[in-house]
Amino acid sequence: MAQKFGSLGSWMVAAAMLACAPLAQAKDWTTVNIATEGSYEPWNLTLPGGKISGFEPELIQTLCERMKLTCNLVVQNWDGMIASLNAGKFDMLMDAIVVTEDRKKVIAFSVPYARTPASFVALDANLLPGKPGPANEITLGMDEQQVSTAIAPLREALKGKTIGIASGTIYTPFIDDHFKDVATIREYNASADTILDLQAGRIDVAFDDVTFLDSLKAKPDGQNLAYTGPQIGGPIWGDGEALAFRQTDGDLKAMFDAALKQALADGTVKKLSEKWFKLDLTPKS
Amino acid sequence: MIDFAFMSDTLLKLLGALPTTLTLFFSSLALGLLLALVVVAMRVSRWPLLSYPARFYIMLFRGTPLLIQMFLIYYGLGQFPAVRHSVLWVVLKSPYGCAVISLALCTAGYTAEIIRGGLQSVPRGQIEAGQAVGMSRWTLLWRVIGPITLRQALPAYSTEAVLLVKSTALASLVTVWDVTGVAQQIIQRTYRTMEVFICAALIYLVLNFLVVRAVAWVEHRLSPHLRERPLGAPGKPTPETAPHS
Repeated sequence: MAQKFGSLGSWMVAAAMLACAPLAQAKDWTTVNIATEGSYEPWNLTLPGGKISGFEPELIQTLCERMKLTCNLVVQNWDGMIASLNAGKFDMLMDAIVVTEDRKKVIAFSVPYARTPASFVALDANLLPGKPGPANEITLGMDEQQVSTAIAPLREALKGKTIGIASGTIYTPFIDDHFKDVATIREYNASADTILDLQAGRIDVAFDDVTFLDSLKAKPDGQNLAYTGPQIGGPIWGDGEALAFRQTDGDLKAMFDAALKQALADGTVKKLSEKWFKLDLTPKS
Repeated sequence: MIDFAFMSDTLLKLLGALPTTLTLFFSSLALGLLLALVVVAMRVSRWPLLSYPARFYIMLFRGTPLLIQMFLIYYGLGQFPAVRHSVLWVVLKSPYGCAVISLALCTAGYTAEIIRGGLQSVPRGQIEAGQAVGMSRWTLLWRVIGPITLRQALPAYSTEAVLLVKSTALASLVTVWDVTGVAQQIIQRTYRTMEVFICAALIYLVLNFLVVRAVAWVEHRLSPHLRERPLGAPGKPTPETAPHS
């Protein structure tokens, strides 16, 4: 019994130390803890030995080397990541997080280091009109009129179909706003579940990021997936993927902004993007 | 600071998902109870051919997490073309059908054991008394064993019902958006965890309070012999009113 209380006590001390840790190092940045999912290939992934690898870990390594910072990657699930950042569990996030107006209200973002298009995916490439894949990319802006003209043929083809979409992504409101009146929308907890259900035939088509879909299509289980209809990119998906910080850590954000701008300018980001995605995802404009 | 406007707006959105949670609960409770009756009948059978499959069923569904059962039933079975082309697919294709089936299968395992506990607590003497007055097997089951089992099993069964209400929170895994699922959607859009989950917890608390009260009411109705008789109520014939011999 005494031993039980003893271990409980040490747990409480450890918890108290954890709670105080961010306060203790908040002023002078020498070590930075960065949260990543470690399972969003090829952005970040966990190697069989437990090491974190991928586009983002390699990018953050060069950034930290430039600033002579010690950077630790912490693996954490995507749901709850933003809340944990604000609760001080770590100092910043790097998990293919897209800048949105809603997110800007609770966290601060660096300059974006990538911007990715999205696409419909189905078991039949001819489900939607138009040539599929990167060769046929349409750029959508914030102009409602332009968007609805561009997607009119897609709406026509999706009449009466069931569309699967991961909940809580930037694509969720797009699909909801533009297809809810013609098709059935089904929301999933995770992108991977959407694809499982597409393969099971419960939904006709899914919509997601092409980098995620490319990584699935490269696997044996994803051989039957096919892009359908044009790829959709442009400002409609916001500014792109960026590092996220607490709003109070303006100094940390400024340091990483400078390092990222340098890495974008000297071609480091482009090189890494082509290595991991076989595509240049650096934000244009 | 608590933002009351946001809280009330959230509460209204969550209440919109309450019918989904309630129908999930009632249909899986009813289906689970029916299934449990079959399982327990097999479990207490003298024939190993009946009792062993029931033992296996109970072990399987009590021994694995509901989350995994639901995932396997929904995403797992759908991977086999043979399942997709069978009649089962009519039910298994729909997320709602899969959620109800997994909840019912799981609760049936627990409920069967609860009923078995109630069955075993029926005093041997009462069964013998029934047999002594010439009750048939069915009358005995209906008039003696059934009511006593029900009364004995009810306290444990109310716990199972409460657990089932909370288990419905897993349904968003298979795209059925119940109260918890909608709460998670709101959190993903607003990044405000505390207020939303507090509202959701309140809804479950009220729901479970009602479930517990309902079962307590049934229990009260089934155990008049354990209560003191109200004054002035017709009671047992007293020696005064009994005819003299």
